[in-house]
Amino acid sequence: MIEPIIGRYLHLEIGGKPHRVYVEEAGQGVPLLCLHTAGSDTRQWRGLMNDGAVTQSFRCITFDLPWHGKSSPPEGWWQEEYKLTTAAYVEAIMAVANGMSLDRPIVMGCSIGGRVVLELAASQGERLGGVIGLQSSSHVDPYYDTSWTHRADVHGGEVCAGVVSGLMAPQSPEDERWETLWHYMQGGPGVFRGDLHFYKAEGDLRPRLAQIDTERCPVWLLTGEYDYSCSPEATLETAAAIAGSEVGIMSKLGHFPMSEHYAHFAEYLRPLLARIAAARS
Amino acid sequence: MTPEDLPGLVNADPVLRRWGRNLTTTLLLEVGPKSWLLNIHDGVVAEVRGGPFVMPSWIFALRADPAAWAKFILPEPPPGRHDLFALIRHGKLRVEGDLHPFMSHLLWFKAAFATLRPREIAA
Repeated sequence: MIEPIIGRYLHLEIGGKPHRVYVEEAGQGVPLLCLHTAGSDTRQWRGLMNDGAVTQSFRCITFDLPWHGKSSPPEGWWQEEYKLTTAAYVEAIMAVANGMSLDRPIVMGCSIGGRVVLELAASQGERLGGVIGLQSSSHVDPYYDTSWTHRADVHGGEVCAGVVSGLMAPQSPEDERWETLWHYMQGGPGVFRGDLHFYKAEGDLRPRLAQIDTERCPVWLLTGEYDYSCSPEATLETAAAIAGSEVGIMSKLGHFPMSEHYAHFAEYLRPLLARIAAARS
Repeated sequence: MTPEDLPGLVNADPVLRRWGRNLTTTLLLEVGPKSWLLNIHDGVVAEVRGGPFVMPSWIFALRADPAAWAKFILPEPPPGRHDLFALIRHGKLRVEGDLHPFMSHLLWFKAAFATLRPREIAA
């Protein structure tokens, strides 16, 4: 059996530096650009990219953010500390959207991806068909010391997996949960922490929510109930601050719905995507 | 189950034995007024001693809210009570002392204490 996912490398300039970005694609139709979580990569979307019920109507595209997965950091990376910012994240996403010639894509992101879609809706809304925020909140207060995820006397992969393991629902299948953790175990040193700079410090988007026009760029938010990083309460608070947004809380799912239990997540996602496809046709 | 059951549960688990092969520490577990000292050597729970203690010596301490801990060890724990970090996030567990053994073996500690749940969870 060969999966229908095609992987290629896209050459882009991001932040004034050349990048070789790994991009996966499956399906035809409405462009659906998918963003992975902090410290992980495109493999989180394996369920979606193999879901014929989605790919028959959507051109699903996902990419490894620079420094993640098979997108190496730019030349000179060894001389700098990686710290993701709102501006750099938006630039990377729009560079991929332009590089892949996506016409008003729907952008669906999870966790840091669910955060940044709020900024995309605020500042790039006229270029998008809408955003879906999974485990989306406008800010998160720190609740542990992230320096533990990057220090020489603790295995970075194991501690990153340990930090996120409990964010998944205990009901999610064991094999999908451990697949999700494996991606975290393979992250580069300091990359998860660098992403958390955006998630827990720099990327507080509360002041940006009032800029979102859902008539121009619809906003849909879905959050799993077991997530204590981006809690249902945080998503509901975010949705309340975005006039015209839609929000749903998903039972027996956590912080990685597309990766920890895709079949269950699809019960929430497919009806939403069907509505989006119908509205676009 | 109680912390006294940990040696039988953890030491019989080959996965935990392998993951914990470099873990040697002493921790104090407090659940409300009850307390235990756990001695762990190379991933083996060598001794669990119940309190109260006079001058206990430990590397790090886990201090849990009893009601939250009771939910943590349910077969299907509710959101916010299903994980050690979830308890920390909600202010129901405090971790004190030298956290290196805990953070360097975080998956181990989460899994070891989860063995106190009576049975597997149905999906």
